[in-house]
Amino acid sequence: MTTDILFDLKGVKKSFTRGKETIKIFDGLDMQIKQGDFLAIMGPSGSGKTTLLNMLGGVDQPSSGEVWFDGARIDSLSEGQLSKWRANNIGFIFQFYNLMPMLNAARNVELPLLLTNLSAKQRKQSVETALQLVELADRAAHLPKELSGGQQQRVAIARAIVSDPKLLLCDEPTGDLDRHTADEILEMLQLLNEKFGKTIVMVTHDPSAASYAKRTLHLDKGEFVEKDLAA
Amino acid sequence: MGSIFSQISAVVAMNIRSLGQRFWMSLAMVIASAVVVAILLAFLAMAQGFSKTLESAGADDIAIFTREGSAAELNSVISRDQVNILETAPGVVKDENGPVVSPELYVIVDGIKKSSQTEANIPLRGLDDRGFAMRKNVQITEGRMFTPGTNEMIVGAGILREFDGFALGQEVKFGKVIWKVVGVFTTGGNVFESELWADVKVLQSLYNRGSSYQTARVQMSSANDLEAIRAFVEGDPRLNLDVETESAYFKAQGKSLSYMAYFGWVISSIMALGALAGALNTMYTSVAERAKEIATLRAIGFSSLSAFVGTIVEALVLAAIGGALGSIVAFLLFDGLNASTLGGSFTQVVFAFELTSDLFIQGGIIALFIGFFAGFFPAFRAARLPVIVAFRNAA
Ligand SMILES: Nc1ncnc2c1ncn2[C@@H]1O[C@H](COP(=O)(O)OP(=O)(O)O)[C@@H](O)[C@H]1O
Ligand SMILES: [Mg+2]
Repeated sequence: MTTDILFDLKGVKKSFTRGKETIKIFDGLDMQIKQGDFLAIMGPSGSGKTTLLNMLGGVDQPSSGEVWFDGARIDSLSEGQLSKWRANNIGFIFQFYNLMPMLNAARNVELPLLLTNLSAKQRKQSVETALQLVELADRAAHLPKELSGGQQQRVAIARAIVSDPKLLLCDEPTGDLDRHTADEILEMLQLLNEKFGKTIVMVTHDPSAASYAKRTLHLDKGEFVEKDLAA
Repeated sequence: MGSIFSQISAVVAMNIRSLGQRFWMSLAMVIASAVVVAILLAFLAMAQGFSKTLESAGADDIAIFTREGSAAELNSVISRDQVNILETAPGVVKDENGPVVSPELYVIVDGIKKSSQTEANIPLRGLDDRGFAMRKNVQITEGRMFTPGTNEMIVGAGILREFDGFALGQEVKFGKVIWKVVGVFTTGGNVFESELWADVKVLQSLYNRGSSYQTARVQMSSANDLEAIRAFVEGDPRLNLDVETESAYFKAQGKSLSYMAYFGWVISSIMALGALAGALNTMYTSVAERAKEIATLRAIGFSSLSAFVGTIVEALVLAAIGGALGSIVAFLLFDGLNASTLGGSFTQVVFAFELTSDLFIQGGIIALFIGFFAGFFPAFRAARLPVIVAFRNAA
C-alpha cells in the first residue's frame, strides 16, 4: 500500500465521563493528513483540539473508531508499544515548553536520544546539530530558567526534532509568547516543514499563527469546517 | 533494548537533582528515617554492650562450681569440705602452692548511683590472691591490693565511675563495718569491674559464714577437662554441685538483656510505621510535583518502568541518607555510653553501649525497608500517570 496518507482517522468517537455526565467530544470524526502537510487546527476553547492532538500522538485513545498511521493501526496498541511508537515517530511541542528544569539545554535536547542505541558521542553530535538548527548552539549549557520563553520553546523544538521523527505535534506552541517571538517560532516550524519535510499538526486559536500553515481546519462541535487560507 | 538502562539512569539522576526543589518534604523523610534508625541502634547497642560485658568476663579454661540448681552465684553455697574434695578433681591445674582453686563469697551491699542518686545493689566479692590472679587482664590501676585479714577493699573501675563514695582512700560503711578503699582495679571492661573485692576470710567472719563459701573457681589445663570434672562431681554424692565453664556461665547471664534487642525491634518497627506514613506523604507529593515532568518524558517515549524505578530509587536514597544520619547520631550519642542496670544476681552491672558493624547493618535494613515501602505505592502512581497530564494548560 503505497500512499502519501500519514494519518487516517475513521469514525473516531470520543467521550469523557465526568461523574454521571458523559461529554461527547467527537461523534464519528473522519480525517486524513498527508505526508509533508503543515496543518493548523483552530476552534473555540473546549472544542476538542487538544483531545484530537492527543489521539494523533497516541497519548489518548478514541472511545471507538480507528486511527491509522503510515498504514498501521495505532489505536489498539498497548501502553508500552505506544511509548516506542511515540519515541520513533513523534516530536511533541507544548505550549509551556515542558523542559526539565534541572537539565541544561543540551541535556534536555538529548532526552529522546536516550531511547535509541546511539553512543554518547553520536548523541552529542545530534544535540549540537539540533541546537544549531534552532540557533541556540551558544546556550547549550544554560538551564531553562536562564533562557527567555522564546529560547525555551526553541530548545523544545530542538528536542522534538533531534531524533528525526516524521511528525511534529504542537499544542498552542506560541500561546505563551509575544507576537515577535511567536513569528520566529512559526518561521522555524515552516522551515522544518518545507526544508526538512516534517509533517506538522499545530493546534492554535491564533489566526495569524495558523496563517503559517499550509491549510487550516476549523473544529466546531466535533466537526471540521475546512476554509481556504485566503478566506 | 540497551536503552532501558540509560532511560532509568537518566530519570533517577533527574529525580535526585531535583530533590532540592522539594527540600523540606525530602528533609522530613530523611529525619523520620534517621530517628527510627537511631532508636533501633540505641536498643541494640545497649543489649550488645551488656552481653559483651558479661560474656567477655568468662574464661573457657576456668570451671565454676555452684550449688545444684542455684543458677547464680548469689544463691549458691559451698562448704570448705566440698572445696577440699574439688581440689583433687582431675584436670585441676596445680602450681607450687597446690591446686589453683578460688573459693569465693558473694554478698550484696548498697551504693548510691551517681546518675540518679538512688540506692542500688553492688556485689562485694570475697576472694584471695589466687582468685584475683585468675581474672583475665586484671590490673590495679591506682593504689594497691588489699592486705589479707584487714577491712580493706579494692573497687572496680565501673563502680568508681557510676557510684558515689568509693574513691581511693575513702572509708565506706556497710552495716556496722567500716571498710577502706585502698585500690582501684580494671578487668578490661567486663562485669568484674562492677564489683568490690575484699579478703574472703574477713568476709566469712563479718557475714557469719563460718567456713563456707558460695562458689569455687578452678583453673583447668584446658576447656576439654570440663567433662572429666563433671564426671568426677557426678560420681561423688557429697558434691551436690553444678559445674560449667566460666564463659558458659556468663553467656547465660548475658542473655538476660537480649530482650532489649527484641524490644528495640518492636519499638522501632512501630515507629517505622509512623515514619512510613510521613515518607509516603513525601513521595506522593514528589510524584504530584513531578507529574508534568513524568508525563512529558512519557510523551517523548520514556517507559512507565523508568518512572516507577525513578520514584523508588528516590525514596531509597532519602531513606538511606536518613539511615546514615541516624547511624552517625547513634554513634555519637550512644557508642561507649556508660550505663548500669540489673544483672543476673539482682546487682548492678556497669556496662558501655556498643555499636558494631552488624548493628549498623540492621539499622540500614530498617531504613531501606522504610524507603522501599514509601516508594513502592507512589512509584505505581508515577508509572500509571496519564500522559495527557503533559498537555494540561498550567505552567
Ligand atoms: N480527561 C478529561 N476528562 C474529562 N473531560 C475532559 C478531559 N479532557 C478534556 N475534557 C473536556 O473535553 C473538552 C475538550 O477539551 P480539549 O480537547 O482540551 O479542548 P481544547 O483544547 O479545544 O480547548 C472540554 O470540555 C474538556 O473539559
Ligand atoms: Mg487545548
